[in-house]
Amino acid sequence: MTEKISEMMTETPIVEKAFDGKFKLQAKNVAVFYDDFQAIKNISMDIRSNSITAFIGPSGCGKSTFLRLFNRMNDYIDGFKVEGKIKIDDENIYKKKIHVEQLRKEVGMVFQKPNPFPKSIYDNVAYGLTIQGIKDKKLIDQRVEKALKQADLWSEVKDKLKKSALALSGGQQQRLCIARTLAVEPSILLMDEPTSALDPISTAKIEELIHQLKEEFTIIIVTHNMQQASRISDYTAFFYMGELIEFDKTKNIFTNPQKKQTENYITGRFG
Amino acid sequence: MNNLKKNKLIDSTFKIVGMLFTSLGILILIILLYNIIRAGYTRINWNFLISLPSRKPDIAGVYTAIIGTLDLMLLTIIFAIPVGVGAGIYLEEYSKKSKLSTILEINIANLAGVPSIIYGLLGLGIFVRFFGFGGSILSGSLTLSLLILPIIIVATREAIKAVPPSLKEASFALGASKWQTIQKVVLPSSFGGILTGIILSLSRAIGETAPLIVVGAMAYVPFVPHSIFDTFSVLPMQIFTWTTRPQAGFAIAAAGAIIVLLFITFIMNGIAVYFRNKWQKKLQ
Repeated sequence: MTEKISEMMTETPIVEKAFDGKFKLQAKNVAVFYDDFQAIKNISMDIRSNSITAFIGPSGCGKSTFLRLFNRMNDYIDGFKVEGKIKIDDENIYKKKIHVEQLRKEVGMVFQKPNPFPKSIYDNVAYGLTIQGIKDKKLIDQRVEKALKQADLWSEVKDKLKKSALALSGGQQQRLCIARTLAVEPSILLMDEPTSALDPISTAKIEELIHQLKEEFTIIIVTHNMQQASRISDYTAFFYMGELIEFDKTKNIFTNPQKKQTENYITGRFG
Repeated sequence: MNNLKKNKLIDSTFKIVGMLFTSLGILILIILLYNIIRAGYTRINWNFLISLPSRKPDIAGVYTAIIGTLDLMLLTIIFAIPVGVGAGIYLEEYSKKSKLSTILEINIANLAGVPSIIYGLLGLGIFVRFFGFGGSILSGSLTLSLLILPIIIVATREAIKAVPPSLKEASFALGASKWQTIQKVVLPSSFGGILTGIILSLSRAIGETAPLIVVGAMAYVPFVPHSIFDTFSVLPMQIFTWTTRPQAGFAIAAAGAIIVLLFITFIMNGIAVYFRNKWQKKLQ
């Protein structure tokens, strides 16, 4: 196994023409433990800004754990320990001095199940701003409207901003959660299977949305849906048993995978 | 008989049995209320409420007992709610899992079942003697606070546990600190459950007699307390004393006092239920 990893790491990272050489997110020799269980085994990965990266792999392969490293959401799990380095804009986010709350304003997250707060639509989107201590009502109004427009929800809710968010449909709730995240104006978006609880129409809407958001954000999306990964992502990473098996341009992964395991997985032979 | 029919029969049987049990509870309450009101309604008038206790049953009133009960409950609320809710939040959200916290948890759960007279002895030892508060309202309310603390703590923890973890995660992911998350997400969502626990515990406190006897509540207090260091009486104490008197008139007075106590309890619970419902509506 270690051979395989070192072999992988010697491969040159994917470089496009317009790339300035600076990666937005970098993981270096990252290992994660939950007490004695090793969930992530020595993974290194570089992700450039304004790209969409899909994490695929069977359940329990560590892709969600890896995703949640980037906004330190694993910190709350008992027995969690991380080794190696995770860098955002060249800064190690696991060093002592880092301000976790500040980090999470920079790295937004959308979860598997829509999880709006039992508050009004407006209060949901304004939540991230009010906890920052922003009092300027006009500014909050603007940011709420902007975020709802970005999430393609404004036209559906603009007349009922004071109504409870729980009255919205599942797809609307998930777009609300995206708007809530965007309102904080992060530069990175982490999405943990954001469409797995939604119907095909809502899914299509959110995929469309993710595509538009690429202009402004660096996006990582965990998905169980192969078609989704191939449709929306620029890069795809295949995880298996806590290891990064293959990481390449999505086109390459789906048309010409280098590893047998990857091929087996994307062709549906296991997982 | 096929399975489908059998299941239907079980279903309807359980429904009827459940309904019977429920109405049994209500029926007993109605009989109780009827008996007490029949015995005591003649004494319910303004004079009864504003008269001091007396040797003569016909002119004895519950004024000092009402004021004592209200004072005692107010102080108990002030002492017990912040401490109980605070401890519940700490145990659920902040304390790390360890042997000590497990022991603490088991002990708190057990404390909820300790007989109230034991709390009275504790209050006598600590508040009355050690701190020298004497048989005062302060000693009484501190003792009652100890008595209801475990109930409030357990209820708070259960209510907080019921808040979906996904909501907390959402809050953290938006950059909220732990306290902000507790304040803006956890407490609003668990408010109803916490309030239910508070209602239950206060309903228990308002009816307690034994610990207050030990602490030194008086059966005969011919004046209204002016400070928290004054001696006091409470309604259950007054009722208890009157029922032990031989004169028939005191039995009627006791029934009257029970009506007053029930009325205060209903009002107190009614206010709490009103706030809880209003809050839940706001959340929907």
